[in-house]
Amino acid sequence: MLVGFLSAAIIAGTPLLFATLGEIFTEKAGHLNLGVEGMMYMGAIVGFIVGLNTHNPLLAMLGAVLSGSLGALLYAFLTVSLRVNQTVCGLTLTIFGEGFASFLGQRVMGSIVPGDIKSFFVARPIPGLSSIPYIGEIFFKQDVFVYLGYLAIIASTYYLFRTKKGLNLRAVGESAAAADASGINVSLYKYVHILLGGALCGLGGAYMSLVTVPVWQEHIISGRGWIAVALVIFASWNPIKAMGGAFLFGGLSILGFRLQSMGIHISQYLIDMLPYAATIIIVIISTRKNKKEDMPPADLNTPYFREER
Amino acid sequence: MIPLKIVKRDDLPRNKAILIRTLSVALSIVFAGLVIALLGYNPIIVFTSMVKGALGTTIRIQQTTLKAIPLLITSLGILVAFKMKFWNIGGEGQIMMGAFAATAVALNLDLPKPLMLLSMVVAAMVMGGLWAFIPAFFKAKMGTNETIFTLMLNYLAIKFVTYLQYGPWKDPSSQGFPKIAAFSDAAILPSLGGVHIGWIIALVLVVLVYIFLNHTKKGYEISVVGESIETARYAGMNISSIIIISMMLSGGLCGLTGMIQASAVEKTLSASLSANYGFTAIITTWLAGLNAIATLFVCVAFAILVQGGNYIQISMQVPASVADMIQSIILFFVLGSEFFLQYKVTFHKYLKVKKEAK
Repeated sequence: MLVGFLSAAIIAGTPLLFATLGEIFTEKAGHLNLGVEGMMYMGAIVGFIVGLNTHNPLLAMLGAVLSGSLGALLYAFLTVSLRVNQTVCGLTLTIFGEGFASFLGQRVMGSIVPGDIKSFFVARPIPGLSSIPYIGEIFFKQDVFVYLGYLAIIASTYYLFRTKKGLNLRAVGESAAAADASGINVSLYKYVHILLGGALCGLGGAYMSLVTVPVWQEHIISGRGWIAVALVIFASWNPIKAMGGAFLFGGLSILGFRLQSMGIHISQYLIDMLPYAATIIIVIISTRKNKKEDMPPADLNTPYFREER
Repeated sequence: MIPLKIVKRDDLPRNKAILIRTLSVALSIVFAGLVIALLGYNPIIVFTSMVKGALGTTIRIQQTTLKAIPLLITSLGILVAFKMKFWNIGGEGQIMMGAFAATAVALNLDLPKPLMLLSMVVAAMVMGGLWAFIPAFFKAKMGTNETIFTLMLNYLAIKFVTYLQYGPWKDPSSQGFPKIAAFSDAAILPSLGGVHIGWIIALVLVVLVYIFLNHTKKGYEISVVGESIETARYAGMNISSIIIISMMLSGGLCGLTGMIQASAVEKTLSASLSANYGFTAIITTWLAGLNAIATLFVCVAFAILVQGGNYIQISMQVPASVADMIQSIILFFVLGSEFFLQYKVTFHKYLKVKKEAK
């Protein structure tokens, strides 16, 4: 029972995992992109339509990656090159993404993901690992999309904290002026990582439309992008903590209904409040502790203009 | 190397600023038109019917006004906070909590109409203000990031109202349908000119907020804190109290929006009452350049877009999503044009010199 619940929590948490990771990259570059929800919608609809027409799961994922990055490109152009207010620009991207998905989605409303794709995303136990008691059941009897999430977390952690490029990226987010002075191409770093962020958000959206729901329906993302924005703070900009947070929040999002089926009556809506309340508490605690690695990138949400140094 | 040089403008003549703004709006309409044409509709017909749908008849103008009221009052609230560079993106939640308090009064007290409405207004503004007090307090005392804090409070408020709607406040007489009981007549705002009196409240508030921000000591202090906390501290201002007071005012105005929507539009409380006004208001406030009078015009323009969008949905079977996309395209363009208001793009001089040397 518990193993089944935890395994389901991972599935519910995977879209959050991708989107949170994407927003971590964006924020590490010093940009607060509130368009996560919009980019998830773009990835969800394009991934779905490509999947519907090509019956190819990899092309569907590629479509999601490209459309998420396209949304991010729009944001990057406005905020990096034109130095538009990031909060306002991100919100506009969310409106755009939702409109975009709902327009393209009209023709495929209620369509079901083709069987070839469904069968590609069935749970595939990893030999050896999946036979570890409990842990194997929970983590290693999942679909390949979930495994891709694990890999993305490992790769991101390595990239951010163990490579020169990762160090440079963090420098850009902490102080664009100092990074610029030390010869880092600030705009390039910002563009690349904002786009990478969009690609990951797109994948998170595609997980919803291709695997979780497998039918196109309006409001398919329903606020998950915003949870991801919260999770970034919850995870204090750390991919490993983001994974834990994503699965925790995923679990909370299905807890109420599970409890109800066990005869315990707690409103799902009250449980839904927990992740947000937890994030607030974490934001407060992290300002109190004042620990360097738990703080947001110092240059977050401030535009960089070389001549104003 | 791109031979472009970007220079920050010192000051921009007013007429030139207006020219750049107008050009950007014109360009955005052309671009949106291209997108509409690509989607297979005639852009000229779409645009003219949007205008007709928003302003064509008295009823349509009333509909547009109905949409402008909540946007305008919320924008004014957001404006007070933004002036201080306090990024209140919690308007959604403050609207919800305001509506919640107004509803608590409307459903539980039995008062004569004027007293009832007044109590609802006070309850809503106090509740919205208190909801905004929480992040303001932590910002003032500990420097906690307000963007995330206010954003999270939105979801707490919306989930809380959803809980009420599906749980303890569910109307037993609604045959299992999850909705909260409708207000009695005493709790409903009167109308004037076919639209509830929220429009008068909104117009009065535009003037009041304008005077408050531009012609009072508190308003001046708010903009000093917004410009530079250091300067404010040096001048001996009590920064904590300025942050808390202006944020509570901001939340109070958003709470008032909640009361008006609950009383005059929905005639009850529901989880969808805030209808993204809290977010849209951030955009309108920003586009208005943080000016109370300009906010009025931007909000009306926005309401025209929304109402026009609703109209073409019915009259031309253009899906609502197209209207959303047109809106965001126009926004992107206008936002992008801000760059040209603040910076001047010129060609590098040394390149010219090089060419001449050849």
